[in-house]
Amino acid sequence: MMATYTGHARLIVFAGVMALISAVVSMTLATTPDAAASAIILIQNATILTVSHGTIEHGSILIRDGKIAAVGQSIAKPQGAEVIDANGQYVMPGIIDCHSHIAVDGSVNEGSVSVSSMVNIADVLNPDDIDIYRDLAGGVTVANVLHGSANSIGGQTVVIKLRWGAPASRLPFEGALPGIKFALGENPKRSNFSIRGQEKRYPATRMGVEESIRAAFTEARDYKSKWDDYNKKTSAGEKNLIPPRRDLRLDPLVEVLEGKRYVHAHCYREDEILMLLRVAKEFGFKVRTLQHVLEGYKVADEIAASGAGASTFSDWWAYKVEAYDAIPYNAAIMTRRGVLVSINSDDAEEATHLNQEAAKSIRYGGLSREEALKMVTINPAIQLGIDKRVGSIDVGKDADLVIYNHDPLSAYAVVQMTLIDGRVYFDRTRDIAERVDREKEKKVLTEKEKKAAAEKKPEDKKSEDKKQNEKKPEDKPKPPQSGEGSAADSDRGAL
Amino acid sequence: MSCLRATVMFRDGLILATVFLFPSLLAAQQPTSKAETPKAYALVHAKIFTLAGAPIENGTLIIRDGKIAAVGGQVDVPQDAQLINAEGLQVYPGMFDPVTQMGLREIGAVSSTVDSTETGNYNPDVVALTAVSPSSEHIPVTRVAGITEVLAVPASGGMDSFGPSGVIGGQASAIYLAGWTVDDMQLKRSVAMVVNWPEIQTKTFDFATLQRKEKPYTEAKQEYDKQVTELTDWFERARHYAQAMGHAGPADYERDLKLEALVPVVRGQLPLLIFADRSREIRNAIEFCDKQNLKMILAGGSEAYKLKDLLRSRSIPVILRPMLTLPLYEDDPYDRLLSQPAELSAAGVKFAFGSFDNSFARRLGQNAANAVAYGLPYDEALKAVTLYPAQIFGLADQVGTLESGKIANVIVTNGDPLEITSDVRYLFIRGQLTPLDNRQKRLFEKYSARPKP
Repeated sequence: MMATYTGHARLIVFAGVMALISAVVSMTLATTPDAAASAIILIQNATILTVSHGTIEHGSILIRDGKIAAVGQSIAKPQGAEVIDANGQYVMPGIIDCHSHIAVDGSVNEGSVSVSSMVNIADVLNPDDIDIYRDLAGGVTVANVLHGSANSIGGQTVVIKLRWGAPASRLPFEGALPGIKFALGENPKRSNFSIRGQEKRYPATRMGVEESIRAAFTEARDYKSKWDDYNKKTSAGEKNLIPPRRDLRLDPLVEVLEGKRYVHAHCYREDEILMLLRVAKEFGFKVRTLQHVLEGYKVADEIAASGAGASTFSDWWAYKVEAYDAIPYNAAIMTRRGVLVSINSDDAEEATHLNQEAAKSIRYGGLSREEALKMVTINPAIQLGIDKRVGSIDVGKDADLVIYNHDPLSAYAVVQMTLIDGRVYFDRTRDIAERVDREKEKKVLTEKEKKAAAEKKPEDKKSEDKKQNEKKPEDKPKPPQSGEGSAADSDRGAL
Repeated sequence: MSCLRATVMFRDGLILATVFLFPSLLAAQQPTSKAETPKAYALVHAKIFTLAGAPIENGTLIIRDGKIAAVGGQVDVPQDAQLINAEGLQVYPGMFDPVTQMGLREIGAVSSTVDSTETGNYNPDVVALTAVSPSSEHIPVTRVAGITEVLAVPASGGMDSFGPSGVIGGQASAIYLAGWTVDDMQLKRSVAMVVNWPEIQTKTFDFATLQRKEKPYTEAKQEYDKQVTELTDWFERARHYAQAMGHAGPADYERDLKLEALVPVVRGQLPLLIFADRSREIRNAIEFCDKQNLKMILAGGSEAYKLKDLLRSRSIPVILRPMLTLPLYEDDPYDRLLSQPAELSAAGVKFAFGSFDNSFARRLGQNAANAVAYGLPYDEALKAVTLYPAQIFGLADQVGTLESGKIANVIVTNGDPLEITSDVRYLFIRGQLTPLDNRQKRLFEKYSARPKP
């Protein structure tokens, strides 16, 4: 995608070769956090950026059973508490990335149809994706894992906690409302790519994008009224009624109409933003977040009036025509006009420094430090409807915290520790200490593989080569990371 | 005007509105015309980081006729100089981004705005400067970040370009990020010959069909060998051509523009800028240059740390891709690229940072700061975006430090220029006070002023 930067496109294609070895190696990492769990943790001597009630110098945070039990100047150490001395360090709430594609097995796009609401990202979560760990190491604790942007109405989406080492079933954020991806503009109309020999898919214009959304919701509304009618009659005691035929494509849209599923809409241009807000009004649903929304600054008042949140990039621009009017002041203008704004990543690498990305709105647009910090903590929490649980350092909230060695609104800050539910999931000191062992283990495995290959009789060699080649397609596809393959998945990518 | 030209293609309506609202700003797009330019500038009461010695507190910097005339603690201010009180501000040499596609690519997804990579594998005679558009909106956006000069590098990839392609990509040009014409912008027309080192690729991705493709190792190796043989052949022929050119008598050879372009390379006058990231390719490239007796600069260098001793012993400098990039391999340490600069620095390898892009060029300082966060000494990081790229490309007699006689590419900031939240307050390119205005700022001002509907 995402990685954008030259060269990696061609480099990453080799990564699969190491997949077997690394899978074993990463197992070590995957299992350790559980062992480090402790019921009571006291973080001491930290500069605490609470987000909700200012900064506490030399403060303490008490964590009990995964929740924040106390925050303040000085907290007595309870018996049996594990102490984390954060002297000279900064603690802030775990970063919430409102637009992520990590932990997805394979492509994030079911791009064959213009409405793919029947598919669900939650069904293909991959807890072994190394990007979960990398983003943890960048202070991210919660990610809104979205379907791609190939469709006017895309697949269903899921909010996860980055519980590295836990099975897929434990990744989803308990109680978080599920979402659905919408997309407007160049990506759903497939402007920037076509497959040779393949017929062009509808829609191919912004007119068609609107039409396909209206058509789908017209169907969904009829479908809903059939069910409402059926349910009404059944509860009134009518018997032997035949229920309406279930439609997996329309079910999630009915949930949208009922306010049980959030709409996260990828968009760029001012006109298409207003278009979606009009359609939503017509059908009586709310757009929860406008994603990217790079021209949001042009229609900030309208967005604010609609109640939609905006989740945008810090400073990406010019990768396609609809991103040519993108400005790094976008977040600031929208904030000033009353829009709830978050800064997102759309990219596993970008997610590792969202704290820095948020800080850019201080320079570009003059937001305050507090406003900048909110854009990667409490604002995305509100946008995802999880702000009662996360997004600030307050008593009763989940102990999802990041510890930095320096002011996090700076390019010089390095994450030292990331906690989720009061458990240390990333510890830089431990990561560095374990590198020697991981390197050793990798060496042993590589040697073993070499030896096994050498022991093969020469005449077997050829067939063995062939076998390996046959095996390669089974390698786990890389998560969206480079120009290879994943470019097709990126919202940013020209594809 | 630049913003007119680039914008009109896409959004006629908008640009009319912009002209109407901000007529005066449009004129500020380019450096002020010579008629209005003062003869000299004097930056006074500044903290000056010359990068050629200790910082000067309460210093003075005199700029005259495009050059730095004087810098120091006790410097007389000429009478005709325009005075700029820089009290509380800091002065640095402008930053130098050594790998960009500046002026060669406007919008990644729109091929008609892209001139960064020629078709075909061997294009030694194409020169970046030929296609640099002085009106590119990327230029004023980038210089606001404190970058005053860059290399425009052909065939060097960049965002959404699907990576570099071709083997000999053409010649990189050093340009100033200001100028009415491309001639104004020229710092040096040809500073390096671009080579994308071939790779043994068993897995590729076909963007036409969006399919992954596999091929057996032996086949991939054959293709690799073939490309290296071809590359060898190009330099052998260029050497013969150089010999023929060297004869004093009448030319008894057919003129060949491609071989002619390679002559400065085989004569050791023009370095190769070789793009390679994995250690195998880097090693092969070094061996190749050894054998061919060619001067090499490595670009990319994701695994340069594996060959740090070799790079140091051969004095091969590296232009590192942004640290803000994921590691190559799943089992690499998560901070592999972030900690590499510190490791290379400790090993004595010379390197500079590059953005390898246009729209992300403004992250150059941010990348350098991240390298500091992971152990690189601060002074080295600052030099790796100023002096070192200048040295690596043989331009240090002109740019890279604040010393008298050098070209006055100067930035005045309100803080550490590598820090995200710092702002550039004044910027000089070739001694001209250059506007910090750009299309993005104009859009900001325009829509900030939008009345409530």
